[in-house]
Amino acid sequence: MTKADIVEIVFEKVGFSKKDVSIVIEEIFETIKNTLEKGEKVKISGFGNFTIRDKRARRGRNPQTGTEITIDERRVMTFKASQLLKKAINKESEQQPAI
Amino acid sequence: MTKSELIEIVSSKVNNFSRKDIEIIVDTLFESMSSSLSQGDKVEIRGFGSFKIKDRDGRQGRNPKSGENIFIESKKVPFFKAGKEIRERINKA
Repeated sequence: MTKADIVEIVFEKVGFSKKDVSIVIEEIFETIKNTLEKGEKVKISGFGNFTIRDKRARRGRNPQTGTEITIDERRVMTFKASQLLKKAINKESEQQPAI
Repeated sequence: MTKSELIEIVSSKVNNFSRKDIEIIVDTLFESMSSSLSQGDKVEIRGFGSFKIKDRDGRQGRNPKSGENIFIESKKVPFFKAGKEIRERINKA
């Protein structure tokens, strides 16, 4: 599923023009990104939390050449799914026949 | 930021939509992503990131309190990978 599919689903539900729905969806993701950029976490109840974590610099190794390299300190974004999402994912799969 | 704060901010930025409209759109957005993942499909949002489902095999585990051996059933877990744009934006600060 891509952003275009989401626009389609929302469009069918709310009845605004696709262009308007698309603008709102863009704004939603842009707002989430701006918030994370400031280092603040984003909590979407029923879906999950997006958080920013600071990683310290560490010694690493290029797995291909074996040369030691320094991995600089950096910030990463992590996602933790809510219990509701985890349950939804597992319930749905039980209904499908086992392979 | 919570979902209601997100709805508030988005409502203040776009015209022609009531707060209620934005709430419905936000809810529908996350519901559609959740149901797509539940069907085993991955979700890709350009510039933001992608969500996919990984299968975890069942394994022999132990109840840490009682020490009792238990079998942990196989399950599906959601997995998120941040997109290039957001990775860069987070790090430039």
